[in-house]
Amino acid sequence: MRRFIATLFVGLSLASATFAVEPDEILPDPVMEERAREISKQLRCVVCQNQDIDSSNAGVARDLRLLVRERLVAGDSNAEVIAYVRARYGDYVLMSPPLNGATFALWAAPFVLVLLSVGAFVIVVRRRPSQQPAGLDEVEQAELDALLAPTKQDGNTS
Amino acid sequence: MRWLAFAPLLIAAVIGGFFLWGLDPDRDPNAIPSVLISQPAPAFDLEAVAGLDMPGLERADLVGNEGPVIVNVFASWCVPCRAEHAVLTSLVEQEGQTLFGINYKDKPEDAVRWLNELGNSYARIGSDLSGRAGIEWGISGVPETFIVAPDGTVLYRYVGPVVGDDAVQTFRAALRDAEDWQPEAGT
Repeated sequence: MRRFIATLFVGLSLASATFAVEPDEILPDPVMEERAREISKQLRCVVCQNQDIDSSNAGVARDLRLLVRERLVAGDSNAEVIAYVRARYGDYVLMSPPLNGATFALWAAPFVLVLLSVGAFVIVVRRRPSQQPAGLDEVEQAELDALLAPTKQDGNTS
Repeated sequence: MRWLAFAPLLIAAVIGGFFLWGLDPDRDPNAIPSVLISQPAPAFDLEAVAGLDMPGLERADLVGNEGPVIVNVFASWCVPCRAEHAVLTSLVEQEGQTLFGINYKDKPEDAVRWLNELGNSYARIGSDLSGRAGIEWGISGVPETFIVAPDGTVLYRYVGPVVGDDAVQTFRAALRDAEDWQPEAGT
């Protein structure tokens, strides 16, 4: 049983290491390969738009992965590689959209929503009527006293 | 504080407006805006398709033509390209348009067979075996068709096959616009 679990564990850990990146794409230099992977995770596949090119099996994604590695080997910095791809495919190819006029609403929306909800919370709390009881007037107090006063018939309750 | 009563209505209107936009059948959520439009065509230099008696294609070929030229990215393995081929052929044969081809990631012998079967109305075809020219053009798949002005400015991009009345009409309109296009003074 122990052996089975160990085998299973090793098998699963190996399985999780399989990616779209094919062996023939991987650079011999591990440091550079690591940079390539990092860049690939920031670039969107233009065919399957919610996937980065690092995990996409699409043909264009593979071409872009190869291109990223080629640029790195040619001596580009990470930012230069991304700029190279961006010049050809536009902002759309970036997984996280840059902050500019067109995406301002996108970036500002979370903060605006937080401000709005805090504002709404403050208004609601302020408007809530005070929870302090107003107290009893004389007639009510007399009625209450009469109810609470122990009666002779009720003597056994004390 | 009375206006606060209208807040839910306002929020519903904003979200509803967004839904309305999202559900618009004319909106294509997969459309990727091209960065090439109104930009100079990218630099590329492609060899001729091996076995085909036709010159290759490079950026210089796009410049200095009499009118706008059509650049079509195609492949023999691309099924919609077959349907599109007839449309492009009629544009060349009936309207005298100039058609250039980028044979994208295709085996030359397959491309030759494909063109022999369907006819070849291209003026030049470059063989993009590696797909690198495709990246320069920013394509996401085949077919894609561009219209390039005589000065090398990319005027129009059509993603997918130009097939069907709507698509052909859209493309024709883009061609008319391209014929009327004048480079901006001073640039």
